[in-house]
Amino acid sequence: MQQDGVLADYDPGSLFCEMLRPGQPPHPALALLRERLGDLPIASLRHRAADAERDLLERGITFTVYSDATAIDRILPFDLIPRLITAEEWQTLEAGVIQRVRALNLFLHDVYHDRKILNDGIVPRELVLGNAAYCEAMIGFTPPLGTYVHVCGIDIIRDDSGRILVLEDNARTPSGVAYVVENRHMTLRVLSDLMARLRVRSVDEYGLQLHRAMTEIAPGGISDPQVVLLSPGIFNSAYFEHVFLAREMGVPLVEGQDLIVEDGSVWMRTTAGLARVHTIYRRLNDDFLDPDAFRPDSQLGVRGLMDAWRRGAVSIANAVGTGVADDKAVYAYMPRIIRYYLGEDAILPNVDTRSCAEPDGLAYTLAHLHELVVKPVAESGGYGLLIGPHASQAELADFRDKLKADPANYISQPMIKLSVSPTLCDNGVMPRHIDLRPFAITGRDTWVLPGGLTRVALRPGSLVVNSSQGGGSKDTWVLA
Amino acid sequence: MSETFAVSKHLIARHAGSALWLARYMERIENLARLLDVTKTFARDTEGDNNWLSLLRINGDAAAFFAKHATPEATSVAHFYLLDADNSASVQTAIRFARENARTLRALISTEMWLQINVFHGQIRALRETDIAPEELSNVCAMLKEGVQSHTGITEGTFYRDQCWHFYMMGRHIERADQITRLIDTKFNALLPTTRDATIDAGEWNALLRAAAGYHAYRREYPHGYRPPEVASFLLLNTAFPRSAGLSLAQLDWHLTTLRSRYHLRGCTHALARLDELQSMLAAQTVDEILRRGLSPFLDWMQRELGALHADIMTNLCGAPAPSSQEQTQA
Repeated sequence: MQQDGVLADYDPGSLFCEMLRPGQPPHPALALLRERLGDLPIASLRHRAADAERDLLERGITFTVYSDATAIDRILPFDLIPRLITAEEWQTLEAGVIQRVRALNLFLHDVYHDRKILNDGIVPRELVLGNAAYCEAMIGFTPPLGTYVHVCGIDIIRDDSGRILVLEDNARTPSGVAYVVENRHMTLRVLSDLMARLRVRSVDEYGLQLHRAMTEIAPGGISDPQVVLLSPGIFNSAYFEHVFLAREMGVPLVEGQDLIVEDGSVWMRTTAGLARVHTIYRRLNDDFLDPDAFRPDSQLGVRGLMDAWRRGAVSIANAVGTGVADDKAVYAYMPRIIRYYLGEDAILPNVDTRSCAEPDGLAYTLAHLHELVVKPVAESGGYGLLIGPHASQAELADFRDKLKADPANYISQPMIKLSVSPTLCDNGVMPRHIDLRPFAITGRDTWVLPGGLTRVALRPGSLVVNSSQGGGSKDTWVLA
Repeated sequence: MSETFAVSKHLIARHAGSALWLARYMERIENLARLLDVTKTFARDTEGDNNWLSLLRINGDAAAFFAKHATPEATSVAHFYLLDADNSASVQTAIRFARENARTLRALISTEMWLQINVFHGQIRALRETDIAPEELSNVCAMLKEGVQSHTGITEGTFYRDQCWHFYMMGRHIERADQITRLIDTKFNALLPTTRDATIDAGEWNALLRAAAGYHAYRREYPHGYRPPEVASFLLLNTAFPRSAGLSLAQLDWHLTTLRSRYHLRGCTHALARLDELQSMLAAQTVDEILRRGLSPFLDWMQRELGALHADIMTNLCGAPAPSSQEQTQA
């Protein structure tokens, strides 16, 4: 029955496939998995995929999309065929992520204190101090344990030669971890036969680890600190994840209106009156956090919160002003930043990146526009970028004008042919491009959730995996 | 030893309010389904229109209804209550608010509760004209009742019984107490027009008791037939009857007392005092006395007091701003 199996017509061509692993020594677990997929009729896979989709919708494992006056709950499309990471690969990835998070935290401390890295000319002053995400209110303030980026999501890709590269750092309020855990639960519900007797690392520890870190960073001298998760509320598109995390940590899910600063401390309004809050894991952007310190029109934040934090009465994760470290232009300097603080080479290399703020970078980018990916530094979610090889002449000309008008706003990178994974599509199981976002939690030390969020570009040939651009996700199996 | 569990955990005041509202909205759906079903079943004769009108009056919705429809009949009333999303008293509105409150509470309620509400919401949202045609009405009502009953059962079996559960349960009992007074009020006005000893249509009493899910129990208690004071007593005072006002008040008392003693919520004081008065008024008089003094004013008073009790809880425990015109209250 081989010909009816899931992988029967699957052909990734010259792309690197995470399942077939061309040129790598045979791996027993991968071989077993391929065999099982080979035996699994595609009709059965489709049937299970339909079950999973309905289940996700009914369970409300959704994000909310607003258009005009209507709110629609959408699921992040879930592809049942898992993405695999071998134990050796994970070792490298984990070490690389931990290294990067250490460097990000040291960098943030430095740019808000002595600015050595700027004074030594490693990173251009203007890039940091003139950055919109650089937060004056953070100057001279050290958050507990010197940790700024308590939750970090680092976007990782693999090119057609199988090389693992970092594409982007997310040091503000990275999202997506709820899908990692829910995708695993979904696999166990509808496809557990695929996983039988394979040793796949568990993803169930995230809530515990997050709570541990939030406890570690709490103001000193408190044995059992009150942690809360601060959400913009039920209409936020990531609300499901906020629910998930509050539940997994076993802490109240609060909104700005539930908190108040009084007598220098932060309190939550409970049925018994005000109760002290010690650590806030906030899923609210910097701008909205405190109308006294930032946007005065914010209805979502808590008046006086920044002041209470600076006085040490409360701890906030992630710290404010971390956006200066995950800026796409600063990203280009990450290998140098790692070397500067840690005296080590980056374990995970960057994608070769040119900053158009530099004349050479701009000249090169303009000359090679048709073969480059050009990204605005301040955007995320896959918006506003140009994929040169896929663009028409008119689009190229148009973008050239934009680039010349504001070169400092752009970086360029070679187009990476992202690795692929077999993915169930309308016309069969096809190779689709994927990336990976591992999640690292840092209190005193850094812990990395085994695996991470694998996003998959469901459109044929598309390299954009963002959910806002037609991306889906997969369960990520780290083999033990 | 058991006291060490749950007691030390704080409950966000706003969440307590959401729990109370969640229960009220779910109860309302079941109640509405019961009333529609019974009205439909007993509205086959020429006087059927009166029944539809009395249903509108029970809920205090006559004015809102006539602003949109000319005649109260099966189709228009069913549309008004089952499909009209702009009608604040429709099941569409109730399930929307129920789900919104459940969404607020999603980290506190069980996953099964959320899942069922989410699916139920989808079923109600999908209702179309053809689903509520007179010949289908009983099916829709059965679907609605079963949806709420599933919710109630899942809640009973899976909702962790800490503070949040107590607030949820208070919402259920306030709503039930309120609904039963409305049901009695309208029916007794309709059934006792001028003379107390007029011949009373057994079918009407049947309908009333069935709407309250009390028909069989009533037959067992009073096999000889219908006497208005006995029906009123059964619905108001009989604490063996799950929807009686007396039982709902007793349950409310227990939840409030527990919240005060076990969770040390000082904000319970006002509500407890008010509840105490409600219970004494109910206990201090026989139904004959209530009927003699005027049932309707008494029921009006109860509804107002229940509304005030709800407001006491919302203000003193759930962090709601001062009472006055709560947009969602019915009282």
